[in-house]
Amino acid sequence: MNNIGFLAYLRRDLLLAYRRRGEAASPLMFFLLVSTLIPLGVGPDSARLAELAPGIIWVMALLATLLSTEGLFAADHQDGTLEQMLISPQLVVMPVLGKVAAHWLVTGLPLTMVSPLIGLMLSLPEIAIVPMMISLAVGTACLSLVGAVGAALTVSLRKGGLLLSIVVIPLYTPVIIFGSATVQTAIDGINWLPPLAVLLAMLCAAIALCPLAIAGALRLVNSN
Amino acid sequence: MASSKGWTWFYRLGSPRWFYETTGRWLPWLGAVTLLLISIGLVWGLGFAPQDAKQGNSFRIIYLHVPVSFLALAGYYLMAIAGAIGLVWRMKLSYVVMKSAAPIGAALTFLALFTGAIWGKPTWGTYWVWDARITSMLILLFLYLGVLALQYAFHSQEAGSKAGAILALVGTINIPIIYKSVDWWYTLHQPATIKLTSAPSMHPDMFQPLLVMIAALYCFYALALILFTRAEILRRERDATWVRDLALQAESSRENE
Amino acid sequence: MPLANPLMVDHLLFERDDRNVFEPINFTVDAGDILQIEGANGAGKTTLMRLLTSALQPTSGSILYQGEDIRRCRYEYLANILYIGHQSGLKMTLTAEENLSWMSPATCSGDDIRAALAEVGLRSYEDVPCHNLSAGQHRRVALARLLTSTATIWFLDEPFTAIDKQGVATLEALMRNHVDAGGCLLLSTHQDLALDGVRKYCVEPHKQRSLR
Repeated sequence: MNNIGFLAYLRRDLLLAYRRRGEAASPLMFFLLVSTLIPLGVGPDSARLAELAPGIIWVMALLATLLSTEGLFAADHQDGTLEQMLISPQLVVMPVLGKVAAHWLVTGLPLTMVSPLIGLMLSLPEIAIVPMMISLAVGTACLSLVGAVGAALTVSLRKGGLLLSIVVIPLYTPVIIFGSATVQTAIDGINWLPPLAVLLAMLCAAIALCPLAIAGALRLVNSN
Repeated sequence: MASSKGWTWFYRLGSPRWFYETTGRWLPWLGAVTLLLISIGLVWGLGFAPQDAKQGNSFRIIYLHVPVSFLALAGYYLMAIAGAIGLVWRMKLSYVVMKSAAPIGAALTFLALFTGAIWGKPTWGTYWVWDARITSMLILLFLYLGVLALQYAFHSQEAGSKAGAILALVGTINIPIIYKSVDWWYTLHQPATIKLTSAPSMHPDMFQPLLVMIAALYCFYALALILFTRAEILRRERDATWVRDLALQAESSRENE
Repeated sequence: MPLANPLMVDHLLFERDDRNVFEPINFTVDAGDILQIEGANGAGKTTLMRLLTSALQPTSGSILYQGEDIRRCRYEYLANILYIGHQSGLKMTLTAEENLSWMSPATCSGDDIRAALAEVGLRSYEDVPCHNLSAGQHRRVALARLLTSTATIWFLDEPFTAIDKQGVATLEALMRNHVDAGGCLLLSTHQDLALDGVRKYCVEPHKQRSLR
């Protein structure tokens, strides 16, 4: 009984996000709003904006993902579903992966979808649009996985959000390096597949390792 | 039973009291060796080692900068290993060691960055450049701060220790990736004006005092770690009878003076 | 459904921050048993429940399921227990029916779910989002799991909280049916049950705890 794994958690979290569409859309709104602040800060010069665009888009995507990561396990922890998940007769990593996949579908994927718009606003060369979208799709999945480790560690803490960013931002650095490098190399007209390949390799490693750390962290949080 | 006998030392190592009493006997020796090595290394390195052809006397800061940078990274691994031992064997002492290693490591990382900045000013004309090694060191500092902050955020000591241990382990897996990424990032963006490649071969006269300083700082690290750990043991075991006896002894010997 | 020797707890101890929570716990539960766990507030009843469901790891001692340590037959054991704790485990934005079918075995049909909800007095509430239900009704949705579950060993932590008299009667009937069918039941409550054959076990706070 209680034989609920990856798909069941994925479906439930998507349904929950759908029921609270406004909340689920806020990382996207954040991404759009903050990105429009940048030209106001650095000036409207499109050459300069184009130069900064890869970095800006990636940093904003990272922050937007981070914002939404905090709530990944918080509700489950409060209402007791987390405890039920941990004592269900199955490997905990499967539901964990399901939840992270749902998180990516409601944050990373929409961010990827609207990124061309922001690229346009920041005068990102057209040649870099596709590399940017692919790198964002892969990279935000990494960010969701790594962020989930931090979210699991801080879920029982009242001021968890701030701590979460201290804990995970250093771990995010490789993703942002290779993510923005993919875009940058595309702009420079160099082969942008190598940095993307590294990003994909990181995603594979994260899929293999992060769920273990998340499951360990959740067990720990639940035992206190 | 033979196998269990072979492991008794391991479990005894897990006893805070045993640790406290044993290290109490080592401390004077370790302290003396540390002091001796630091004095030799500093006098030799600052006073007698030859000047650098290009950098003059300012290069002498490497006698602090290099050992401290080594230890900052090694300290993170030590912290993570201690945490892993705690998670696997539920050994409380190793959590104490982990907790003590975090602030020492963070301080060393800060010192490495600080001495690097001081060295940077006369050498490259600026306190800060986004060099690969400096950036990695900065991220290492953030990793330390994450572990520190997480440990103290929990009400329960045990929960804090376990959370810190998990994070330290995740960080350990990440450190090589971070270092490689930052290296690669730097080659991608390398500005032509600044070349930070240090001399590939050092003159033996410069190198020998550096070795002494590295050994000295390793001793210093061990000393600091033991002292922090002992203080933390006393704090955690303050209700235990052996700690109370210790406190009473100390008080009565003070009264006798 | 009756199991031979379903649960045996042997000298169970649990330390929290270097302090033992309770005195060593020893008891045996047989098929058809109801064990009421008693103890003062803070004595560790919930901790014991969570140890029994393997949410916590004991510091020493063992919990045996059919004579085997639950750490060794973890999944087999977990597949045969049902735990309802203080928190109802409900998602407020989901309806009662969605919540129950989510928490029930995959083999349960929609009719089973609706029948279970009707049984606990929530007929015609199936499509109401849970945030529109009262605390007692939340509890009832959670307790409807007792009807859809196939588990043999039930762990109920304070099941009567927020439930009215008629609900208590329904719940007791459910418990009676379960043990009559050879299941077993461990529950913590301060209330006296209107069931016969209830054994009681008292959790004592650890004696050293007050000293330190």
